[in-house]
Amino acid sequence: MINIRNFSIIAHIDHGKSTLSDRLIQATRIIADRDFKDQILDSMDIERERGITIKSQTICLPYTAQNGKLYYLNLIDTPGHVDFSYEVSRALASCEGALLLIDASQGVQAQTIANLYQAVDHNLEIIPIINKIDLPSADVDMVRKQISEDLGLDPSTAILCSAKDGTGIDNVLEAIVNQLPPPKGDSEAPLKALIFDSHYDSYRGTIVYIRVFEGKIQAGDEVVFVSNQSRHLVEEVGIFQINRIPRPFLTSGSVGYIIASIKTVSETKCGDTVTLKNRPCKVPLSGFKELKPVVFSSIYPVASDDYPELAIALEKLKLNDASLVYQKDSSVALGFGFRCGFLGLLHLEIVQERLEREYDLSLILTAPSVEYHVIMKDGSLIKIDNPALYPDPMNIGTAKEPFIRASIITPDKYMGAIMSLCLERRGINTDYQYFSSNRMEMIFEIPLAEVIYDFYDKLKSVTQGYGSFDYELTDYRETELVKVDILVNGERVDALSQLVHKDRAVERAKYACEKLKDEIPRQMFKIAIQGAIGAKIISRQTISPFRKDVTAKCYGGDITRKRKLLEKQKKGKKRMKMVGNVMIPQSAFLAVLKSKD
Amino acid sequence: MCSLQTADAGIYIHIPFCKRKCLYCDFYSVTDLDKRFSFVRSAQTEINMIDFPMPTVDTIYLGGGTPSLLAPEDVSALLDSVRRKFSVSNDPEITIEVNPGTVNLDKLKGCRTAGVNRVNIGIQSFQDPYLKLLGRIHDAREAIACFDLAREAGFENIGIDLIYGIPGQTVRMWKADLKTAIMLSPEHISGYLLTYEAGVPLSLALEKGNIIALSEKKTVGFFEMIRRVLTDAGYIQYEISNYAKSLPSRSRHNLKYWTFAPYIGIGPSAHSFINNCRFWNVRSVDDYMTLIESGKPPRAGSERPDFRQQATEAVFLSLRCAQGICINDFEKRFSVKFQQLFGRTIALFEAEGYMIQTDGFCRLTCKGMRYLDSIADRLVYDIYKENQVDSAAASNPT
Ligand SMILES: Nc1nc2c(ncn2[C@@H]2O[C@H](COP(=O)(O)OP(=O)(O)O)[C@@H](O)[C@H]2O)c(=O)[nH]1
Ligand code: SF4
Repeated sequence: MINIRNFSIIAHIDHGKSTLSDRLIQATRIIADRDFKDQILDSMDIERERGITIKSQTICLPYTAQNGKLYYLNLIDTPGHVDFSYEVSRALASCEGALLLIDASQGVQAQTIANLYQAVDHNLEIIPIINKIDLPSADVDMVRKQISEDLGLDPSTAILCSAKDGTGIDNVLEAIVNQLPPPKGDSEAPLKALIFDSHYDSYRGTIVYIRVFEGKIQAGDEVVFVSNQSRHLVEEVGIFQINRIPRPFLTSGSVGYIIASIKTVSETKCGDTVTLKNRPCKVPLSGFKELKPVVFSSIYPVASDDYPELAIALEKLKLNDASLVYQKDSSVALGFGFRCGFLGLLHLEIVQERLEREYDLSLILTAPSVEYHVIMKDGSLIKIDNPALYPDPMNIGTAKEPFIRASIITPDKYMGAIMSLCLERRGINTDYQYFSSNRMEMIFEIPLAEVIYDFYDKLKSVTQGYGSFDYELTDYRETELVKVDILVNGERVDALSQLVHKDRAVERAKYACEKLKDEIPRQMFKIAIQGAIGAKIISRQTISPFRKDVTAKCYGGDITRKRKLLEKQKKGKKRMKMVGNVMIPQSAFLAVLKSKD
Repeated sequence: MCSLQTADAGIYIHIPFCKRKCLYCDFYSVTDLDKRFSFVRSAQTEINMIDFPMPTVDTIYLGGGTPSLLAPEDVSALLDSVRRKFSVSNDPEITIEVNPGTVNLDKLKGCRTAGVNRVNIGIQSFQDPYLKLLGRIHDAREAIACFDLAREAGFENIGIDLIYGIPGQTVRMWKADLKTAIMLSPEHISGYLLTYEAGVPLSLALEKGNIIALSEKKTVGFFEMIRRVLTDAGYIQYEISNYAKSLPSRSRHNLKYWTFAPYIGIGPSAHSFINNCRFWNVRSVDDYMTLIESGKPPRAGSERPDFRQQATEAVFLSLRCAQGICINDFEKRFSVKFQQLFGRTIALFEAEGYMIQTDGFCRLTCKGMRYLDSIADRLVYDIYKENQVDSAAASNPT
């Protein structure tokens, strides 16, 4: 145990976490350089494109230190986005230390700080690393100053490196060995292991990633997952290198996997404690939370025939993404689909992209919604994330919406712009602090609903890309909620209904009406497009009817040709949805549901 | 009229010759008149080659092209071939299309003797400037003379074709044309909107900006004008662009096209429909004659529309007719519930005043006719929407 080090790398996006991971793997030579695929740890396409790790991966690096001893360095990768902060926290809980990676030209960013707070919460030993020192724009002194002033860490411990050209990698490895504490724990005590991730393997079932804190686990053990008391017979345990390497057992301090014929990842909950059935631990590990989706949207296939494929695709995705929840949903306008819950907007986008790319589906997603708490006049509480289920306003007492605590780190010259952006989003500025003479952190309390709607893009644009953002859910607060309906010739388009704060209603309704006007082709009759709250019309647009030429002659020789002309659009017709009497092309839904640009 | 396949058949013979090509024309015809004689022989051979059982023939239509460029003997020969090959009913309707400037009294009389009992004259306009613009070979005076000759030759069933929507044409001019037509008192009047077919000289002129197409609004006005003026004069609009003085003077032959009656097309580019099979001949008269000479049918293509395609045809063809879609026939033919399939859509069109349903028929109103294509398009959407027509067909094969 004395020769094990468990650590994570924490960093703001693009500060070089993947690159550094690759260097560490290469330096320990567990695979030949020529086999080395760039950035092994990020294996999914989408992750790589977005530069974000979603599924954390873990690797055990054997390293012979300068003192001549062999160490096992367990690098536990963490997802790099706020939507996945719980997973990050579980990964950190599996470590004794963390490398806090900072881009020498960018300096400390919002996620750097959020990650640091988390790491400190987990009592991790932290090694600051200043990366990208090879860049001409690298400003090591500035970053040192930030490490001291913004983070309150000792800048003299910071290691300089370039993950790109390999400079300083040796120092990083030595620091891991020398500065991070070895894991503690009693290998004779009853088994206590933390599940920090899992993934699905079609041959072996769920591969459960664990960190053993106490005791020992081996094939043949019957284990219990404490949260749901499910029991499993362990078939194999082992560690991760590039492949899974089976081991006779894992003892306290180790990081590895177990395989136990588990059919679904949903049974395997991140943060759960694994113990032995016959010799259970007395107290499970703390910090377990059932993951709750915070953003909801309904997903429909563009072609109704694709519904079965969508069902299969979601099932497959769910195998590896326990945080994705969904249930059947149906819309008059869009047919059958699924109501899905996501950890955040990014999670939603990733799922959408995977469905579209890996399963070749064309989808329509309804406007993302948060979960509202509606307190009825009779005192009962209803939780609503789907506008379709919004109760009759007559019976509603009050409604509450989720709030977040948002931390925005920015050069101070954008303070005014950020302030007005957040105020416009019904935010309250509760705090701010200067890190250095011109960089600051601003804290806002903002309704989550305001953030899932193009907030991040706006923030980027008002700060010219320099503002960074992190958030956590805090509480539910009273709100003035209304349901905005979109009517097409008097018929409600259920898929376009939205729950919004009353101050947003007109703006959203207007936007939807305008988009529909642009996208719906002229038809036989005048089409009225209206936005409404209940019976009150708050915006309207009209599409005037189509004028058609008088039909030309049609004799024997014209019939086939004419029919073909009518059939030609039939593919397009499939993509039309009928709402009442109006044909609405798919593109209209997409245009409305795409957030404002 | 909802006769379907039990009906008598029509024979269409395409005479692919014209003195000169009109500028808007995309019918198949050539100006090499020398080929006429050998063409007639080929057409006769094609008639003789038909090897499938045929119902009684009750209409024969010589169209074109310009059939009136044929000598009466040729007309006679062709009709004889038809009579020899098929069983022709007692009172067939036998039509020849005549273009002013290609006939004299003798020729018309000759045709009559050969058995032709209906002529359809391609007058198009009674205004010389528009005739010129269209590239017709005749002028207004010749047009009227032609009509008089036909009467003189003894024809009691005469139809005339008129075109509207010609660049520069005014509503007043159009009204004058209609008045002139009414004065002549033909049994049948067809009024067609000028269409700009791809590649014809008139379309090229339009693209170049040498002529300017009339606005949509204007052409709709023309359409309403013809309907009003002819109806006031006692004509019956029995199809979107066809008017008859009385029910018997409707074009029996053309009705077949819109009611799924069988017809056989003879000659280049002619189309046939029988036993739910559509097939058509090669376009070029030379290819046509070569194929026939080598004993092969001059076929260019064929298709057997599936249920949904048939339903599509049924919708857009029936809606052209004043009578509309016979709901009973439609339901029987496609094993569907008409209301279930179209009810919602049609209710909507009814509400807008585009359609009406009475006595088991569903038809377009005058207002609706202006939108025939769009309405048909919308109904075709219903046909394809839920695979209703197909699945019905599967459960009830006919
Ligand atoms: N110049 C330079 N670029 C680096 C270095 N480390 C990473 N990068 C680049 O920075 C970008 C982001 O790196 P990546 O490892 O994907 O960041 P992650 O999002 O934190 O995983 C990539 O384009 C890397 O090539 C470095 O030390 N020097
Ligand atoms: S006479 Fe008729 S067929 Fe001949 S070119 Fe003119 S329009 Fe075409």
